[in-house]
Order: sequence, then C-alpha cells, then structure tokens
Amino acid sequence: MIKNLIVILMTSVLVNNYVLVKFLGICPFLGVSKKINQAAGMGIAVTFVMILATAVTWPIQTFILDKFNLAYMQTIVFILVIATLVQFVEIVLKKYMPSLHSSLGIYLPLITTNCAVLGVTVNNINDGYNFVESMVSSLGCGLGFLIAMVLFAGVRGHMEKCNPPEAFKGLPLTLVAASIVSLAFFGFAGVIDNLFA
Amino acid sequence: MEGILTAVAVVAAVGIICAVILILASKYLHVETNEKAKQIRDVLPGANCGACGYAGCDGYAAALANGEVDKTNLCVPGADAVSRKIAELTGLKAEDVIEKVATVKCLGDCNMTSDKSEYHGINTCAAAKMLYGGKGSCTYGCIGFGDCAKACPSGAICIENGIAHVNTKLCTGCGLCTKTCPQHIISLMDDVDKVLVTCSNKEKGAVVRLKCKHGCLGCKKCEKGCPVGAITVSDNLANIDYDKCINCGECAKNCPIDCIMISDFSGIHRYK
Repeated sequence: MIKNLIVILMTSVLVNNYVLVKFLGICPFLGVSKKINQAAGMGIAVTFVMILATAVTWPIQTFILDKFNLAYMQTIVFILVIATLVQFVEIVLKKYMPSLHSSLGIYLPLITTNCAVLGVTVNNINDGYNFVESMVSSLGCGLGFLIAMVLFAGVRGHMEKCNPPEAFKGLPLTLVAASIVSLAFFGFAGVIDNLFA
Repeated sequence: MEGILTAVAVVAAVGIICAVILILASKYLHVETNEKAKQIRDVLPGANCGACGYAGCDGYAAALANGEVDKTNLCVPGADAVSRKIAELTGLKAEDVIEKVATVKCLGDCNMTSDKSEYHGINTCAAAKMLYGGKGSCTYGCIGFGDCAKACPSGAICIENGIAHVNTKLCTGCGLCTKTCPQHIISLMDDVDKVLVTCSNKEKGAVVRLKCKHGCLGCKKCEKGCPVGAITVSDNLANIDYDKCINCGECAKNCPIDCIMISDFSGIHRYK
C-alpha cells in the first residue's frame, strides 16, 4: 500500500511531470517563470489548489456523476467546481490569513481555470485511483509543477545574460529552452518502474 | 429525454450550490477595507515601486490611513503632485518630495583612461566584466557597454566617450540602473545634494594615477578642507556623508584632480 503510494508520488513528480512531460499548465510555466521567488510562489499556490480540487472533485465524480451516469459532464462540472473553490479559498484566505493572501493572492485568480489543475482532477479519475491515491497523486503533480517552475526560472535567469540572434529573442528562445528542460525530464521514464523492482 | 433532464438538473444544482456558497462567503467573510485607504490608493501612481519603504502602493495607502505614518512625501514617482493630494485627503501637511536621481561614480572616459585589452565578445557590461574585470585598465570604473542605458525605462542614460552619463532631468529615480550595473558604480542620491565623488577606484593613489587621469588618489585634501567633517577617505576613496554635507563645495575646490564634482542634480519634478 505504502509502496504503491510512493510509486504514485514519484511517478507524478518526475515521470508524468504535468508541465514538462504532459505539457499542461504551460501558460503559467512561461508567464510566471521570470524570477525564482515568483515561480516558487506560483508553484506552491498551484500545489495547494490541486490538492483541494482533487479533494472536492473526487467525491463529486464518485457520488454524483457516476451515480447519475453523467460521466460525460465531467469537464463542465469540474471547471465549475474548481472555479468556485478557488474563489472561495481566496475569500477565506483574505479573511483569516491576510499574510498568506498577500503572498499567494495574486496567483490564485490565475489558477482558477488552469488546465493543469483540471488535468490532475480528470486524470485521477481516468487512472482509476481511489481517494487516498488521488490525493497523493495530486500532491505529486503539484510538487512536479513547483519543481518545473523553479528549475525553469533558474534557466531563464541565466538566459538573461546571453545575447541571442534578434529572431530568437524573447519567446522563441524561452520555448527552445523549455523543450530542452522537458527533454531532460524524459530521462526519468523507466526509472521509477525499476526503482522497486 | 430523461438523460438530458437529469444532466441539466444535476449541473444546475451543482452550479446553484456553488453560487450559494460564494454568495454566503462574500457576505459573511467580507473584509472591511478602509475607505480612506482606498481613496489614497487611487491617488497614488500604482507603480508598486517600493520607494516609499512599504510593500507596494497598497501598503503605503494603508499606513497613511491608519495614521502609522505622517509623511506625505514618501512617494517618489508621484512627486509633489501626489504629496499635495495625499495631504488634502489626510489633512496632513504637504511636504516637498525629495526625488532620487541616479549618478554614475566614474568619469574615466576615453580621454582619461585607456584600455588594457581588446574585447570582441558580447556587447554587455555583464559579459565584459566576466573577462578579467572588463577591457579598461581600471577595473572599478564604467565599462561603457550601456547595460544601464538599456535598463533605463525613461531613456535618461546615454553612453558618451565610453562612459555612462545620466540626464538627471529625465531620471525618475527608479533605481533600475543601480541594480543592473555590474560594477555597482551607479547610486541614487537625493536631488537636493550638489556634491558627488566621481570615482569608484579603491586602489592606492600611485596605481590609480597610472590608470586614469580622473581617479581619486585618496590624498585626503577634501577631508581636511571640509568644514563639517562630512567627507572621509576610506579604502583610498573619498566618501561623502550626505547627512552632514552642507553643499558648500569646499571639497570640490580642494580636489587636485577635479574628481569631486559640484553640480546641480535636480530631478525630473523639481521645478514643476
């Protein structure tokens, strides 16, 4: 059981990294990765929302959608629920944890309709995980997102110092760098399967 | 038909529950925002530059509204106009905003100093500095590739004769150039001050003499001549303590190599 959870965690952090392997959540990955502290803030906020979203959507899928044979409404219902959840979390944070709100607050609206968050919740259902496994998987996906953000912010920090050809300046160079970082993560494929063999 | 109805009913129910939760949350968890803080916030420029010493414009507005601070002149980008508006809103006395201007502590241009090597690399100061501290014989001074000019959002810096010059009339005092300069020779000073040491070299006088005709020799003539003891020489370089300085210009007169400059550094808003 524990071994199974560890495998799920490591798989979702490294092998199935949402940003670098599954290419979900590219928008914040390119948009908020200019500075390491901002990237880390965004990563932590996404992790937080992913875990909460899974905790809410898994019961909805199991106890409402499956019961009424409405699995095809999954996407719409999940978007609805996640958007509400993020807004609700923002209100609660503002009321009870103003310090956390001021540090995470600016990222929360960005996450409202983030495809990585929706992807995690949908994939947890598709992979047939039970509730505990889903929670571990979403924690792993969040951590994977955080790692990808921080790593890429570091890479971009170094790229600021170089002087690329005019045509490569800005987004093209960023995308090329992102693909190279992504290539590095493909090296993890197969590692986890043999880790506990 | 039944399938559609169930789908509509379930999704509508979920939507209504979500809406009710949000409505209740916004009602019972509503945070009172200070009305005065909001008004002040609207007056501030919203640049969130942090020059006031608070975390963004919201922080300064909140501090003013709560009476934590009674100075209306902390907003540098907003300058006197904003200071006056804040005074109107809070009933405090409007104070003149002392703007910051960027100043380059190097005057070693092509006529004053020479290169120790030829450099054919990337045209940025940051890159040139990595190679033996830049091409110039003085490794403390301006490298002259204009990283600061590229960073300047108001176009106030130009590179002339191999060193950076700041047009203080255009400088808004944002300080981006001070962070960009790899030599750390650009600093912000209050635009009411008139005296500036224009050298950053910390080597001994004899060594400096060979490298740059404009370098501070650390002869201490300025230190001895200062009537208020505001200027001291440490690490072979003159330093002015602007808290004590009275802008008399005695040091500039005493300096044998005109390394101390007396000039008007008035910023962008001073005479508006």
